[in-house]
Amino acid sequence: MRPASGLENGEYLVSHAEDHEGTRRDFIYYATAGVGAVTTGAAVWPLVNQMNPSADVQALSSIRVDISGIEPGTQLTVKWLGKPVFIRRRTQPEIDEAIAVSLDELPDPDARNANIEDGAPATDPNRGLLPPGAEEGSESEWLVMMGVCTHLGCVPLGDAGDFGGWFCPCHGSHYDTAGRIRKGPAPENLPVPVAEFVDETTIKLG
Amino acid sequence: MIKTFAIAAVAALTLSGTNAYAAGAAGEIHDVDFSFEGPFGKFDQNQLQRGLQVYTEVCASCHGLQYVPLRTLGDEGGPHLPADQVRAYAEQNFEVFDAELDDTRPAKPSDNFPANTGAGAPDLSMMAKARAGFHGPYGTGMAQLFKGMGGPEYIVAILDGYTGEEKEEAGTYFYENTAFPGGWISMAPPLSDEQVEYADGHDNSVHHMAEDVSAFLMWAAEPKMMARKQAGLTGVIILTIMSVLLYLTNKRLWARVKGKKSA
Amino acid sequence: MSGIPHDHYEPKSGIEKWLHSRLPIVGLMYDTLMIPTPKNLNWMWIFGIVLTFCLVMQIVTGIVLVMHYTPHVDLAFASIEHIMRNVNGGHMIRYLHMNGASLFFFAVYVHIFRGLYYGSYKAPREITWIVGMLIYLMMMGTAFMGYVLPWGQMSFWGATVITGLFGAIPFIGEPIQTWLLGGPAVDNATLNRFFSLHYLLPFVIAALVAVHIWAFHTTGNNNPTGVDVRRGSKAEAEKDTLPFWPYFVIKDLFALAVILVVFFAIVGFMPNYLGHPDNYIEANPLVTPAHIVPEWYFLPFYAILRAFTSDVWVVMFASWITGGIVDAKFFGVLAMFGAIAVMALTPWLDTSSVRSGRYRPMFKWWFWLLALDFVVLMWCGAQPAEPPYSTISLIGSAYWFMYFLIILPILGVIEKPLAQPETIEADFEAHYGKSETPAE
Repeated sequence: MRPASGLENGEYLVSHAEDHEGTRRDFIYYATAGVGAVTTGAAVWPLVNQMNPSADVQALSSIRVDISGIEPGTQLTVKWLGKPVFIRRRTQPEIDEAIAVSLDELPDPDARNANIEDGAPATDPNRGLLPPGAEEGSESEWLVMMGVCTHLGCVPLGDAGDFGGWFCPCHGSHYDTAGRIRKGPAPENLPVPVAEFVDETTIKLG
Repeated sequence: MIKTFAIAAVAALTLSGTNAYAAGAAGEIHDVDFSFEGPFGKFDQNQLQRGLQVYTEVCASCHGLQYVPLRTLGDEGGPHLPADQVRAYAEQNFEVFDAELDDTRPAKPSDNFPANTGAGAPDLSMMAKARAGFHGPYGTGMAQLFKGMGGPEYIVAILDGYTGEEKEEAGTYFYENTAFPGGWISMAPPLSDEQVEYADGHDNSVHHMAEDVSAFLMWAAEPKMMARKQAGLTGVIILTIMSVLLYLTNKRLWARVKGKKSA
Repeated sequence: MSGIPHDHYEPKSGIEKWLHSRLPIVGLMYDTLMIPTPKNLNWMWIFGIVLTFCLVMQIVTGIVLVMHYTPHVDLAFASIEHIMRNVNGGHMIRYLHMNGASLFFFAVYVHIFRGLYYGSYKAPREITWIVGMLIYLMMMGTAFMGYVLPWGQMSFWGATVITGLFGAIPFIGEPIQTWLLGGPAVDNATLNRFFSLHYLLPFVIAALVAVHIWAFHTTGNNNPTGVDVRRGSKAEAEKDTLPFWPYFVIKDLFALAVILVVFFAIVGFMPNYLGHPDNYIEANPLVTPAHIVPEWYFLPFYAILRAFTSDVWVVMFASWITGGIVDAKFFGVLAMFGAIAVMALTPWLDTSSVRSGRYRPMFKWWFWLLALDFVVLMWCGAQPAEPPYSTISLIGSAYWFMYFLIILPILGVIEKPLAQPETIEADFEAHYGKSETPAE
C-alpha cells in the first residue's frame, strides 16, 4: 500500500533515517487494505445472497399431502417444487403385474428412488412407498413419483399406455404400473422423490 | 467553521424527525419499558406467545394480519413455537381460500394470517409501525431518539385508555378513549381484566394483556428486528475498526507533508 | 486535460503502448486519480466521495430491490412486505436504500453550503455549480418518485400533492398534470412510469456527476482560501498541491467510514426515525392522512411553497398585475422553483472579488443566517400551515430570496475583505508549519 509511483513529491520525503519505522508504517497500510477488502466482501455477500430462494419459497420445499381420500385404483396429482407429483394407490392386480416383471425386461434397471440407496435394482418393492409400520422390503400399494417424463419433461397421462401405467403423449413413452419405463424414447424410470409417511393419512414430500 | 457545520448538521438531523408532529387533539401516551427497545433489546419469547394468544382470542375476530406468514411464528427471535404447534395453530384457527382448489381449506404454515375486513377494522400487520407515540418537544420529534417511535406504546395506550363513556352518533357508537386522536373511537373496549387465561399464569389485567399484544404486534410489524440490530451492530463495529485504521493510515501519509507546527 | 501542470501517464511496456494508442483509458484514470489537489483542503471537502458512495450504494441496492418489487397498485405494498419478511437480508437492503436517500441529501446539503461559503461557484467554476444544481434537481425528482413506489398512504398523497403543483400552471396546468399522471388521479399508470423513471434517473445523475468532475478537474478544486493554485510551472504547482491519490482518497475514505458508522447505527437501530408511520398503511385514494408531510429533505422548499398564501401583499400584487393569472397557488409553485433557481444563479449574483467567505467579515454573518434560515424553514415545513408557523415560513422565505437577490450583490460592493494569503502553500504552512522538504 505504498503510494503509487509518480509521487516524487512525496517519495523523496521518506528519508533513510526513518527506515526502522518503515515496517510499522507498512503494517498499518497492509492492515487497512486487508480490513478494507474484508469489509467490501462483507458488503457484497448480501447482494449475492438475496438472489437465493426467499423464505416463502423455501417454506414450500417441503409439503404435506392428505391422502385419506384416495381409493385403490385412483391417483392424486399435487404440485411440488413447481412440478407435478403423482401419488397413486395401486390395486392388487396392478402390484402383481409389476412384481411379475423380471429385471432384464426393463430398459432402466435402476430404482431411481431417492429414499433408498443409489443404484438399487428397480424391483417393485424398491419403487413403492411404505406406510408406517410396514415391514422393510415388503410391497406397497403406494407409489409416489415425479410426474415428469424422463424424455423431454412432458407430463405423462395416468391409466394409459401398453403396460397399464402411464403414457407420455409427447413422444410415446410407456411406463408400467410401477412407473418404470418399458417402451419409447424415455431413458429412465419416473423418479421417486424424497417422501415419507408422517402418519396413516399424510405423506410429506421433501 | 467545521464545528459550526457539525452543529448545524446535527440540528438538521434532529429537526428532520419533525415529520409527525403532535396533532392538536392527540392523546396521552406513556413510555413503556419494552424488552425489545434499545440497540441490544430482544423480543421476550414468552411475552410474544402471550400476545399471540390475546390476538387470537380477542383481536382476530375483527382484525386481520394479512402480511404476516404463519410459519414465522416458528422463527427464532419471534414467538418461536415448535413446528408442529405452528401447524396445529394454523389449522385450528384459520381458513384460507386456495385458488388451486377454488375453495377454502384450513390454513397451512406456508400461508399468511388471513385478512379480516368483515368488521371494517384495520389490518394489524404493520400497526405498530404505522403509528407514532412521541412527537415532541416542539414538534421536533427528538423524543423518538430516546423513547423510540412509540407505536407499541400507542397501542397499549389505546387498549388501556377507555374511560367507560360512550355516545351514539348517526347510528354508530363511539367510546371515549384518552389516547385516540379526537378522543372518541369506534372500537368497543376489547379487553377486560382476566379475559384471557394465560398458561404461564402471567398477570392478565387489561394493562398487561395490552402490553403483551403490543409486543406481539411489534414483532408482527418488524419480525426481522433482531437480525437488523445484529447487522447494524456488526456494521458499526467493522466501520469503527475501518475508521481507526484509515485514521492511522491518513496520519502517517500526511506526516511527511505536514511539518512540525512552529509556534 | 488542461489545468494544473502535472505528470501524465507514460505507457512503458509494449502492451501498455498498444492499449494507449487505441484507448487511453489508463491515462484517463491516471489523470483523474493523480489530479493535483490543493493541499490545504479541510474536512468540508470530503463530501464528494460521500456523495459518490451514496450514488453507487443507491444504484446497487436499488437494482437488487427491483428483483423482488412489483410495480402494480395491487401488489406494490405487499411486495415491499415480501422484501421485508421473506427475501434473504431484504429488510436490511431495503432499509439501507430508504435511509440512503437521507444520507444522500444530508451530504448534498453540506456540499452545497460548503460551496456557498467558500465561493466555489465563482468564476471559473460556474459550470461545475450549474451541473451540480442539475444533479440536485434530478436527485429531488428521483427521491420523490422513489418514495411513491412502496405505495403507502404518504406515497400516494405525496404524489397527489406534488403533481398537483403542475396543475397550478395557468392554462396548460391541468393537461400537464393529467399527462404526468396518465389519468385523472394517481393510479397504476402513475406508479409504473414513476418506477421506470426512478430506475432511469440515477444513471442520468451518474452521467452528470462525470461532467461535474470533468468540469472541476479542468478548473482545479477550489480550496478554503479561494486562492488559485500557481500554474506557472510543475514545480510551482507542486508546492501548492498534492496528488488526489493517495492523500485525499485516504483522507476522504476515513471521513466516509466515520459517517457510515453513524449511518449504520441509524439503519440498524432506528431505521424508521426519518420516515412516516403513515407509509406503513397501504395507499387508499379515499382517505387522506391527517397531515401530509414530505420527507425531511424537501421540507425547506415545501415551507416556501406554503408560505405564500393569498393574504400576502406580494401575492396580491402579483395577482393584480397579471389580472389574476398568478394566483396564490401558482405563486407558491413559482416561489419554490425560484428558490432553487436563485441558488443556481449565485455565480452571477455574487459580485465580490473575493472567493472564500473566510476573508469576508460581513458575508460570514449573512451566510450563517442563511444556514439557520434553511434549518428553520425545514422545521416550519413539518408544522401545520397555521400561525405562527405560516408567518415564520414567510419571513424565512423572504430572507432566502433576499440573500441571493439583494444581499449577495450589494455585499460585494460595500464589503471590505480581509487580506488573503499569497499562496496555498503559505496558508498550509501557517497551519502545519513548514514541511521538511529537502533541498532540491
